[in-house]
Amino acid sequence: MLPQILIALAIVGGIGLIAAILLAISSYFFNVPEDETVIKVRACLPGANCGACGYAGCDEYAKAVVKDNAKTNLCIPGADSVAAEVAEIMGVSAEDVIEMVAVVSCTGNCEATQNKALYQGVNTCKAASMIYGGPASCVYGCLGCGDCANVCPYNAICVKDGLAYINRNLCLGCGLCVKQCPKGIIKLVPTTVKTLVLCSNKEKGAVARKNCKNACIGCKKCELVCPEEAIRIENNLSYIDYDKCTRCGKCAENCPTGCIKCAD
Amino acid sequence: MIKNLIIILMSSVLVNNYVLSRFLGICPFLGVSKKLNQATGMGIAVIFVMLMASAVTWPIQYYVLNALGLGYMQNITFILVIAALVQFTEIVLKKFLPALHKSLGVYLPLITTNCAVLGVTINNINDGYTFVESMVSSLGVGLGFLLAMVLFSGVRSRIDETEIPESFKGLPVTLIAASFVSLAFFGFAGIVENLFA
Repeated sequence: MLPQILIALAIVGGIGLIAAILLAISSYFFNVPEDETVIKVRACLPGANCGACGYAGCDEYAKAVVKDNAKTNLCIPGADSVAAEVAEIMGVSAEDVIEMVAVVSCTGNCEATQNKALYQGVNTCKAASMIYGGPASCVYGCLGCGDCANVCPYNAICVKDGLAYINRNLCLGCGLCVKQCPKGIIKLVPTTVKTLVLCSNKEKGAVARKNCKNACIGCKKCELVCPEEAIRIENNLSYIDYDKCTRCGKCAENCPTGCIKCAD
Repeated sequence: MIKNLIIILMSSVLVNNYVLSRFLGICPFLGVSKKLNQATGMGIAVIFVMLMASAVTWPIQYYVLNALGLGYMQNITFILVIAALVQFTEIVLKKFLPALHKSLGVYLPLITTNCAVLGVTINNINDGYTFVESMVSSLGVGLGFLLAMVLFSGVRSRIDETEIPESFKGLPVTLIAASFVSLAFFGFAGIVENLFA
């Protein structure tokens, strides 16, 4: 009886030992040398793989930092603390993260716009926008089906009155909603920027006004009133140069349709 | 001889498809079938592991275990061998196909506990196959697994594009779809015997 058990033990143990030796040998021969700095940098990153840095994920960003001299302050969810850690490992001076926030460039809620058709299809912006640019009277504006709200990992977006609103306190600027919006009206702006043109309509003033009460009509009032000459009108739409803007708020006060707003 | 091998191959790909008729290896079937390239990668990795496992376990069974009267140690020995082989596959993939290694992620170590691999090695012994027959059978089972994965990843990409009632979203609708695909495969029952009649 006893020898039987011993034989079984020896055989199974022996097979295990052979397998272990073979694995050890193969792991030695097929070893993939990993850069230690990459592992260290990767350990500092949050690991959410959100892609806000512009790379495919935290692993790719860590590699890019070490090998391609990518900037150390690109991780937006990680903010300054992660940027400082990464900079320390890389031995470069720390730069603060330019924190971004997503902004919906549209104020066309149900009150301001009309429906040109009754849409009864699949309830996503992507599907709705495929049919004549969507049911809203303004083809540039928010459709309000909430594709951006569904994709937001931080629940920072809500849809009210057929218009998406972004909570600046919750938004970490990952940019997933920017990619999702079929109208391309969500933009990432630095958190320091407070004065924004909340309209994307490039139609002529009269048409724009007819389609949406809050639309930018390209009247050039903001361009004239701006003391820094930071505003210009292009394609019937107002643009603010954020580098020149001093956040005086004169444009917002003088905008006849109220599409330029100062965020608090 | 050749005819016999073809019958074994066809029956293990279609009639006795391990995933869709015998319900073995459901975990990777549901887990990695979201995207076609991942599903294909997983299928090929499983074929590789199955062939290696059969090639190693068959001699162990006949020349070691049976010779010493240790047939009852079959399960534990096979699991040991398969675990080592999966580890080996992982090392090789990491070296030569890092992209695939990354996309398979946690499912690659899970082949260790993939009952389809253990199932095919044990069934090869139970069916009394010769070495060549058992290799062909493993290849067939692996191809069947690949076929199931590829078919189902197609089905899933269609599911992703449809409106599904809230309560069915995610796993429930996936399981229902899997049962339909499985039903389709039951239609193959009985055709192989008549293939060369």
